[in-house]
Amino acid sequence: MRLEILNSGYSPGTKLLFGVIRLFSRQPVPDAAKLVFYRPDFYGEKAKAFTHEAMRGPSDWSVGDRELMAAYVAKVNESAFCIGAHTATARLAYQDAPRVTAVLTDLESAPIEEPLRATLRMLGTLTRDGGVSADDMRQVLAAGASPQQIKDALAVCAAFTTTAKLADAFGFDVLSPEGFAAGAKYLLKRGYR
Amino acid sequence: MPDGDDKRAAQQALVDRVLNGAGTASAELRAQAFHNDGTSPPMDALVHNVVRSPVRLTDADIAAAKASGLSEDQIFELVVCAAVGQSNRLYEAGLAALAEATADGGAGNAARDPQ
Repeated sequence: MRLEILNSGYSPGTKLLFGVIRLFSRQPVPDAAKLVFYRPDFYGEKAKAFTHEAMRGPSDWSVGDRELMAAYVAKVNESAFCIGAHTATARLAYQDAPRVTAVLTDLESAPIEEPLRATLRMLGTLTRDGGVSADDMRQVLAAGASPQQIKDALAVCAAFTTTAKLADAFGFDVLSPEGFAAGAKYLLKRGYR
Repeated sequence: MPDGDDKRAAQQALVDRVLNGAGTASAELRAQAFHNDGTSPPMDALVHNVVRSPVRLTDADIAAAKASGLSEDQIFELVVCAAVGQSNRLYEAGLAALAEATADGGAGNAARDPQ
């Protein structure tokens, strides 16, 4: 990563934990994990709590839907690390890789439910343009998403806009497919806490 | 679920921490980075890139910020503030558009016309 403190500025206990993670996953510790361990009182603790609540807290969206939203927001943000991480996690959550590939290739023709499609379209507009109109929201509601589902989707978007920006600003290493697969397994088992 | 949404509350706790908690960068600088408004060169370019297009950010941007006298910890905090600030603006814009769409009795269910 671009800041040396994010590569080496960890306590002995945290370094030991990284060693254990490497040993058991047989993969390097993802930079996304390192980031939340750096001075966790400043960013990591609160960021993990929010991300976990958005991705694994109560919602009418499934975990797979929310991971797909994260992957879609990552794609619009052109964040290579986040695209890799959340594509792998959405595929595993759904047990349906073609569904995820179809959405990321062409949202409009992908074989998904209309409330989800309309929600992803709105998140794309919000991410690209920095805003959405009430009419944009009416279209999502008309497609069948509830106001609470829209709020939940906005939380996913906020969590992963932050992560995507930090990934690119700090220069996260893009993992191998095996590294992303190991991360996906962990995120489905343990979440973001 | 009540409007006092747990997800929004957790996000607001993050915003409050990075803006108002202890830091190596002053609260004033962190607020400037968060709002993408008022930071001085060369940090302004770094913050602007985090907000607009972080993929364009380079090692040189970080080097310039360091050369201006900022420590790595200060840069870390200001980049985090810039990213959290932009995410917060998107979140607020989305919630405001949703509130407008549901308040006028559209397809939503937040406010129904009694007639």
